Amino acid sequence: MNKNSGSLVKRLVGHQLFIPILAIILLAVVNLINDPGFFRITVGTNNAGNTVLSGYLITILDFGSELAILALGMTLVTAAAGGQDISVGATIAITGSAMLRILCGGVARPEKIAAPIIVAFLFGCVVGMLCGAFNGALVAIFKIQPMIATLILFTAGRSIAAWINNNELPIVPDPRFAYFGGFIPGIPIPTTVFIAAACIVIMLLVLKFTNLGLYTQAVGINENSARLNGINPTKIKFLAFVILGLCVAVAALIKVSRLSTINYSVIAKDIEMDAILAVALGGNALSGGRFNIMASILGAYVIQFLTTTLYKFNVSSDALAAYKAVVVILLVVFSAPIVREKIGKFGRRRASAREARG
Amino acid sequence: MEKKRKNSIFTKLSDTNMLLLITIVVFFAMYIGAVVFLGGGFKKPQTLFNILNANAALIITACGMSIVMITGGIDISVGGVVALVSMCCAVHLDFGNGSVPTSILIAVGIGIAFGVVQGFLVAYLEIQPFIVSLAGMFFARGMTTIVHTAPFNVAHEGFNKLKQTRINVPGMGSLNKKGIYVPAYIEIGVVVALLVIIIFFIVLRWTKLGRSFYAVGGNQQSALMLGINVKRTRFLSHLICSILAGIGGYVYFLHVGSGSASHAVGLEMNAIASSIIGGTMLTGGVGNVIGTLFGVLSLSTIQNIVSSAGLDQAWWTGITIAAMLCIFLLIQSIVMAQKKRALRSDS
Repeated sequence: MNKNSGSLVKRLVGHQLFIPILAIILLAVVNLINDPGFFRITVGTNNAGNTVLSGYLITILDFGSELAILALGMTLVTAAAGGQDISVGATIAITGSAMLRILCGGVARPEKIAAPIIVAFLFGCVVGMLCGAFNGALVAIFKIQPMIATLILFTAGRSIAAWINNNELPIVPDPRFAYFGGFIPGIPIPTTVFIAAACIVIMLLVLKFTNLGLYTQAVGINENSARLNGINPTKIKFLAFVILGLCVAVAALIKVSRLSTINYSVIAKDIEMDAILAVALGGNALSGGRFNIMASILGAYVIQFLTTTLYKFNVSSDALAAYKAVVVILLVVFSAPIVREKIGKFGRRRASAREARG
Repeated sequence: MEKKRKNSIFTKLSDTNMLLLITIVVFFAMYIGAVVFLGGGFKKPQTLFNILNANAALIITACGMSIVMITGGIDISVGGVVALVSMCCAVHLDFGNGSVPTSILIAVGIGIAFGVVQGFLVAYLEIQPFIVSLAGMFFARGMTTIVHTAPFNVAHEGFNKLKQTRINVPGMGSLNKKGIYVPAYIEIGVVVALLVIIIFFIVLRWTKLGRSFYAVGGNQQSALMLGINVKRTRFLSHLICSILAGIGGYVYFLHVGSGSASHAVGLEMNAIASSIIGGTMLTGGVGNVIGTLFGVLSLSTIQNIVSSAGLDQAWWTGITIAAMLCIFLLIQSIVMAQKKRALRSDS
């Protein structure tokens, strides 16, 4: 009986979802103590006159969408290549810029859009996948470490984005374009939530009905044995990067649509760090191998929850990083295998001490 | 017979020397090419000294970065540490009635603090260095704005005297437009940077600690079996990197003379890029600080070439650096593959 309680602590602490769920509970308790109104959701009208839901929880779901979408691709890349793509922020700038170029036809202040939104989006997808393919080729074919290979686009990305639009900041005149990052008239829930949900469902279906997930894990755990079993590691790694490129294109659509314009040096700044943290918070090994996509998604929303909470505490956006860092270090320390083992041992020792006493 | 000799050249050169050689050749080719084709400013030795003056801090931080990368880790917090150091020193000098020696102590102290915490987390708790230093970077950047929000220039007298100290290099000066002889000069930071390079060249080549950096980076298991204290070695590599980031931060501060939260943005990426161009491999076990010095020089020379070739739009710098990084990575990748093949056919 007592022995069971020891192993229960160990099992609980050892579970992959332990850290993100613990973080959510902690954040929720902190917010509840600070201001119970945090969880209130109200119905109001926004600037465009639509009836919309508003509240901190809606904000978290809304602004966590890009992060969740990126976390999908980042998890695959991490699992397959054993490294992270640090260029996602810069490639969001590139794809966003490409979409605007198509929409505005190279004019800074167009009267009406030059091409249908869907064409611009598809073009953005192609550009995103090309960026992913570039990274993927460097990693899979030339065997360069992912972080270093993606450093290239990380350095060049924002410059390329500025170059695509000739350093202009075009503004999309069509109000329909703003639907993707805001609200569709008549629907009170932010559109981004639907986009994120669609991406997550598609990814889960792909993982359920294809061998992608299994093959990715096999390549991540041991590339050589995967090859001996007839899996082509080069192809799998390349594919992971291309899928991430697609996720980047969707995230870029949301990002650009929020403002109907783009700012090359600011758009999606530091989002690569948040996306990597989402994967790490989800308890996925950053050195590759086994992964749990739901844990990463949860991790992404935890990060957004944390950001929103910090804003609630009147932390300025510049100082935000310092607090985030402290929280991240605490979370990572508690999720480190060595520390978890110690906690597990501690639980066991207490259990056996109780046994000795009783 | 012919083939055999070619193989032995490939195998005789160690990885470190091979990549170092490529970098040095490329740097000289680029600089001589700039002198021949662009002429103008590149003919004056002062251009080279200006590159050194502007990049002394980068040389120091990249040197620390190389050591961490040789040991198989990475530290992306150095840019944040540099910004934090310059802000803290600026606030200390202007608002805290500080003196120059105490501000240097603060710089080194910040470096040690970051090094101890990050090194402990990486080496003893075995957390990924990327994540630890990512948090370190966030923390340093955030702390910089918490210490002081608005950027400002330092008015401290003793500091400004030190900042304006110039060491003239004899025989390297040139005549200006009015025909007056202007001596070539370097700043104090360059002397510090060159000292750091020399010290760590010696440490990496001839001391037990230096050799254990290579051993741990090459293969942790074998290093452990050789009786090397792997955890302590990794801890020390991060400690050295952060201390060098602290010193580099002070040199940066000495060069710009102001505190600002937007200082040294992207410095960590430039340091990593310089290390890679200088032949350090992220897989660990291969690298050299002399190469890092040439990596920094190549990187900033190409920036100067781009701007003096008339491509002065801001985006060209980013694109050329990335292109250069890409080319060097491909060269590394191909050279290593060739070497592997040569070794295999030899044995």
